[in-house]
Amino acid sequence: MPQQNVNQDSYDDDLPDDAPPPAAPAASTDALDALLDEIDGNLQVNAEQFVRSFVQKGGQ
Amino acid sequence: MISPDVPPPLTVEPSRRIFGLETEFGLHLDTTTTRPITPEEVAGHLFHSVVQWGRSSNVFLTNGSRLYIDVGAHPEYATAEADSLTDLIALDKAGERIVQNLVAGGEERLRATGVEGTIHLYKNNTDSAGNSYGSHENYLVRRRADFKAFASDLLPFLVTRQIVAGAGCITRTPQGAHFSFSPRADHMWEGMSSATTRSRPMINTRDEPHANAELYRRMHVIVGDSTMAEPTTLLKMGSTDLILRLMEARVAMPGLALAREMQAIRDVAHDLGGTATVELADGRALTAVQVQQVYLDLVREHLGGLIEPTAEVGQILDLWQRGIDAVRTQDFTGIDTELDWAIKLKILTRYRERLQCALDDPRLARLELAFHDVSAEHGLLYRLQAQGLVRRIIDDARIEEAITTAPTTTRAHLRGAFVRAASAAGRDYTVDWVHLKVTGEESRTVLLKDPFRATDARVDELIDSLAST
Repeated sequence: MPQQNVNQDSYDDDLPDDAPPPAAPAASTDALDALLDEIDGNLQVNAEQFVRSFVQKGGQ
Repeated sequence: MISPDVPPPLTVEPSRRIFGLETEFGLHLDTTTTRPITPEEVAGHLFHSVVQWGRSSNVFLTNGSRLYIDVGAHPEYATAEADSLTDLIALDKAGERIVQNLVAGGEERLRATGVEGTIHLYKNNTDSAGNSYGSHENYLVRRRADFKAFASDLLPFLVTRQIVAGAGCITRTPQGAHFSFSPRADHMWEGMSSATTRSRPMINTRDEPHANAELYRRMHVIVGDSTMAEPTTLLKMGSTDLILRLMEARVAMPGLALAREMQAIRDVAHDLGGTATVELADGRALTAVQVQQVYLDLVREHLGGLIEPTAEVGQILDLWQRGIDAVRTQDFTGIDTELDWAIKLKILTRYRERLQCALDDPRLARLELAFHDVSAEHGLLYRLQAQGLVRRIIDDARIEEAITTAPTTTRAHLRGAFVRAASAAGRDYTVDWVHLKVTGEESRTVLLKDPFRATDARVDELIDSLAST
């Protein structure tokens, strides 16, 4: 039986986050930054639409 | 007919345990097509080759595991019986590749219906609307009359285990977003108070051992998160196994019964700082760090006695302690290549610094999905592993082997051999966890009640009969 969660958070609310955005990082590029460089383009394309379109019924 | 040649009486082997993991995958079609396409339709295309092979969308594979479409059109993979944690991890990881291997065929079939898109499969526990689906852990335990009391002894451990074994997630609330230890903690248990939703206990007490019911029960733990990094799965299953070993040896558990488990699991999940307390039934208030430390210390007391100090046990205890310490000291650098929530938090934090965005930014949600994506191409976890940013427990060769080959030390070996032989012989057969059956004119069934038994003359005969006809 599918279970619908009653608390459906939406992504388009623009309520402010508690914390301010962190300060800009140092210029150092390590393996993690290199990886983020690689995937950044992919992640930014229609990110909001991509995320919102992932909806299924609940499982067990 | 059931073969009369039943093997000698079964014995309970105290030093061995059967483990299993069931994973429901999130199914996501990324497409620009305007025609509405249901998850059921996508799942149907995804499983086309499975149905072609097994004449059903609910099959047992040659590695002894089960693959099917579950409630909500979730592809589900249930590992075969493993009697070691490394076998279990290999089977679990093989499952990620098995479902991912269906994607290209599914996309091709969608394309034939005019739908261009990419299918993503996520080993996670929530979709973007907050629907939840599970990861179920199975531990075979010895039957006892007081199972419910026995199981409830495990709850304080399970409620707090998320601080080391949680998958981590960004939680969005009307007050803003924050990072939590566990996506499952929230989404699952809010429904408990509603009369219209099904009750979902942390431990499902359905008595279904898939084994000799006089000897065994299954501890079916459904409160955990699906975990991506191999060390996290090792710790999740390994720490639980160690506690169960003590409980089965009748070691008294610490009196940490919780006053309100549902409240406690949420309070712990949302307190990355590790200072929130849970209320005990006796009125005390402890942090999750304190509760986990009590259990870890109890295991240590029995090291060399009830618990053999193997290298693997050493590895589990070391990671467990470092996980607890990380939350206590708020220095996560000691675990951020091993424990899912810390790995995820590290990469989310770095990406957020680059984007200069709020935590509820959709690009971070997109990154979270990528972390759980089981695609070799899109899956972030695998790329982190390849860069040496996430530690491995097993190697790729072992995972590849587990895609087609069952563990050789459990009943799964018999099931895998039978499925392979019957499939090769083109015979009709049906299989479940305890039965192997050749259907058709000369129907024969073998009942396998002992999950620890990897050899059986009846199965050899059954397989021989397939080849000779």
